[in-house]
Amino acid sequence: MAAAVSIQNLCKSYGTVPGVKDVSFQVEQGEIFGLLGPNGAGKTTTLRCLCTLAKPDSGTIEISGVSVLEQPREARKRLGYVAQEVALDKILTGRELLELQAALYHIPKAEARQRIEVLLEVLDLQSYADRKTGTYSGGLKRRIDLAAGLLHQPEVLILDEPTVGLDIESRIVVWDFLRQLRASGTTILITSHYLEEVDALADRVGIIDRGLVIAEGTPAELKNKLGGDRITLRIREFTPLSEAETAQKMLSELPCVQAAIVNATSANSLNLVVTPNRDVLMTIQQSLQTAGIPIFGISQSRPSLDDVYLAATGKTLLDAELSAAGSRDLKAEQKQSMR
Amino acid sequence: MSGTIDTSTSVNLQPNDRLRSREPLDSDGFADFIQETLALTKRLFIQLQRRPSTLIAGIVQPLMWLVLFGALFQNAPKGMMGNDLSYGQFLGAGLIVFTAFVGALNAGLPVMFDREFGFLNRLLVAPLASRYSIVAASAIYIVALSFVQTGAIIGVNALMGAGLPSIAGLGIIALIILLLVLGVTALSLGFTFALPGHIELIAVIFVINLPLLFASTALAPLTFMPQWLQMVASLNPLTYAIEPIRYLYNHQQWDLSSIVLQAPGGAVSFGTSLLILVGFAALTLTAIQPLLKRRLA
Repeated sequence: MAAAVSIQNLCKSYGTVPGVKDVSFQVEQGEIFGLLGPNGAGKTTTLRCLCTLAKPDSGTIEISGVSVLEQPREARKRLGYVAQEVALDKILTGRELLELQAALYHIPKAEARQRIEVLLEVLDLQSYADRKTGTYSGGLKRRIDLAAGLLHQPEVLILDEPTVGLDIESRIVVWDFLRQLRASGTTILITSHYLEEVDALADRVGIIDRGLVIAEGTPAELKNKLGGDRITLRIREFTPLSEAETAQKMLSELPCVQAAIVNATSANSLNLVVTPNRDVLMTIQQSLQTAGIPIFGISQSRPSLDDVYLAATGKTLLDAELSAAGSRDLKAEQKQSMR
Repeated sequence: MSGTIDTSTSVNLQPNDRLRSREPLDSDGFADFIQETLALTKRLFIQLQRRPSTLIAGIVQPLMWLVLFGALFQNAPKGMMGNDLSYGQFLGAGLIVFTAFVGALNAGLPVMFDREFGFLNRLLVAPLASRYSIVAASAIYIVALSFVQTGAIIGVNALMGAGLPSIAGLGIIALIILLLVLGVTALSLGFTFALPGHIELIAVIFVINLPLLFASTALAPLTFMPQWLQMVASLNPLTYAIEPIRYLYNHQQWDLSSIVLQAPGGAVSFGTSLLILVGFAALTLTAIQPLLKRRLA
């Protein structure tokens, strides 16, 4: 059986700006695939090519074996797309919007009415269905947009940053819904720059940075590949640098410690990469005690996707996010999204 | 977000089995085209119903023209416009055409907003049988709107004493409006896809709106104009929509060979005017094809 989504060597630039340099990945039937990366990494461009909204410079894209470039209409029938900026007609009611959407997908009227009722019910939109979408809150807009993307029962649902701008509660509601959708057999491709979102939802992850996929696998695989656990150690609430450096030097010499750095942005706490075993915390505590260094707090964790990103790019997702925010050209982005 | 999604109820969210096939899905292209065009047209009419200000303004404005502009020249000697016409009677045909023209010129505006707000992307991601349904819906909507507005002006004009053309005459007026609106709507949609945003589109509409009115026979007959303006006016498609309608208002008897205009290049018959309008519509509709193909393909 063909993969639900197969992208090979996708390349797409806007003028001289390379949006996507060389992206390849596959999404298997029935899984949630998360495309993780900072803003400007090429996530949206990839999705735009996938949804036939942008024409790739080169590369191939297939949805269940149907070539998006050669048979765009067949590909469109198979996918549902929920864009990053929710584009609703604020004059229409939710129901009218869904009816329009159903007609655009050529769903027979009676069937459409039934589907609309089902989706309104599942997404708990019934009491809002006959209000104009212009009166909707952010969460409601996102839900009606989800309903619109699902009306024609697509095989692949594509969501661009599905929970951006939503409060925590709404985000969890959307996550639950997407899991339910996966359970009923829909393949889901989401982009996100939220680590927790991808970690919580995705069966597999592709990390994208500056137009290239730099890592791909299940979250566990990616983290295990990094090896070692993370230990965050705070000697005092606010540790003097000299004391932190003494501890760093001493702990680095322990066989179970692979790396130790002083994190100046977090009150000189120590970040350690250690060989995971049962005694590692104990060993560290004992050696600190012997040297007469106090412990304010200590915690051990598995590597996070942020660590995966850090290892691959040399910077944290947050740093990449901040530097990308400074160099964004919103006008150019608007132009790219317009047809 | 208020409310929660109830995940306990079991409902059918499964992908449609049909969509799993690699084979092209059978579909009736023409029926699909009709379905999507009707749905898109319905959307425009729902918008109109909830925001009727465009329609109302589109009717009130020409009526104000009719009353105010008519009054401005009320004391002009009768017969100055030829054929014992009062200026009000002369002006009626010009306003009918101008109203339809302005409406059609604005046809691209909703599409431009759809482009800017991303709603167009929603349409382009859908498996439309043909993306010309987006264009067709705009045209149907504007033609219907123009008919309503034109009807209102013809009615008020009649109440003001300009008289009413025969049924056949009204049919011809409808045909003329249809041709003009199709041609101008194409032009407007062309601008919509060529220009970067609604500010630029409004500027272009603003710039070509009044000059095209003044450089036509809407407000004054060709004989009033200097030679150069006569040349311009006789190249202006609005003139060929206005003159046949004016002729219908002034004459009981007419046929396709009736001379409606003495242009610098020679006499223009009723039939020639209609052909020029057909040509104009065909020209603009053809001219925007490459642009639409590029933007909507």
